Amino acid sequence: MPLDKPYANIPGTTVFDADQARKGYPLNTFCMSLMQAANRERFKRDERAYLDEWPMSEEQKLAVLARDYNAMIRLGGNIYFLAKIFATDGKSFQYAAALMTGMTQEAYAQMMLDGGRAPDWGTPERSNPGDARGGNRG
Amino acid sequence: MAKITAGVATSHVPAIGAAMDLGKIAEPYWRPLFAGYEPSRRWMAEHTPDVVVLVYNDHATAFTPDFIPTFAIGCAPSFAPADEGWGPRPVPLVQGHPELASHIAQAVIQSDFDLTIVNRMDVDHGLTVPLSLLFGSCSAWPCRVIPFAVNVVQYPPPSGQRCYDLGRALRRAVESFDATLNVQIWGTGGMSHQLQGPRAGLINQAFDQRFLDLMVDDPEGLAQVPHIEYLREAGSEGIELVMWLIMRGALDLKVREVRRFYHVPASNTAVGHLILENA
Repeated sequence: MPLDKPYANIPGTTVFDADQARKGYPLNTFCMSLMQAANRERFKRDERAYLDEWPMSEEQKLAVLARDYNAMIRLGGNIYFLAKIFATDGKSFQYAAALMTGMTQEAYAQMMLDGGRAPDWGTPERSNPGDARGGNRG
Repeated sequence: MAKITAGVATSHVPAIGAAMDLGKIAEPYWRPLFAGYEPSRRWMAEHTPDVVVLVYNDHATAFTPDFIPTFAIGCAPSFAPADEGWGPRPVPLVQGHPELASHIAQAVIQSDFDLTIVNRMDVDHGLTVPLSLLFGSCSAWPCRVIPFAVNVVQYPPPSGQRCYDLGRALRRAVESFDATLNVQIWGTGGMSHQLQGPRAGLINQAFDQRFLDLMVDDPEGLAQVPHIEYLREAGSEGIELVMWLIMRGALDLKVREVRRFYHVPASNTAVGHLILENA
């Protein structure tokens, strides 16, 4: 019997569950290797050659080369592992988050200062101002 | 007899640690957040425990995709701040309490919670940022710390009920340790935040405020909240909040709220904080 996944339809969200973790194991393991300075250097010198040392799918490798974090997540990556890639690039969590939302980092940072993304984002049917669980802050 | 005297809940946003380490705490962005922790630091200076059992999660630092324990207790004499890719935080070595930790491991496993025992581990911002927030910058932490790591990275984490029940077992374990020790339990992580995908940046202040209320007044009801509600309402990373229930389970049903603070944002995250004492 397939597992119940009530979280599958949350907009703009991929839950790193057992199936995703299985798909992402080689990708996330590659990410962990970047915790070591010597590996970061080898990766930076020739990204493609370094990626070819790992049993990742071609799709996963291309997503890394393109720094397409949404694609990496779809292919089993988890943000805490993927953080090793943007740390290697000298980038912050806020940079990566902005990139995944398609916003500029400035616009994203301003959204956070303004109280963040509304919890009913992407689910117009739940935009009920009377919902005590969280209003629509646009 | 060892005794749990208070519980502390706090977010553990890595940018807070970076702000302290890089001397940015007086900047307008960070000033309100650190001001909010000032009364807590004063309280903590007067109520410094002998040991903190610090419930947190590792963020792909000590636990690689190769090993993912649901509950892990650190039994080592000390734990070094980890290099998470930006170099280790310049904070003191964390001194453990191997005797109490080993006692807790044995007692809690015999209460049907199958802990993983860890004898060598570096600790990341999930553990060191709460210490920095409550103790400030110091050359040595003022107490021993037992790291208690919970998997909230790979879904599913343990349920709220499981966490709450574990807290109760932890309390019984601490209280059966034959030494006079003042022990605090801290639950960390949260509050609402999402770090991934097009929905990144989610904050749900109404959910967070209700969560803070229920932590104080109705933890048994809060323990019933299913994972899907955390994911939908508090964001994919907001599910870290289940860890607060381990802390809450180790206290009395009725508690006294000593301190509450809430602030948005710290980087991508809503920051929440409580200090609770048995009433």
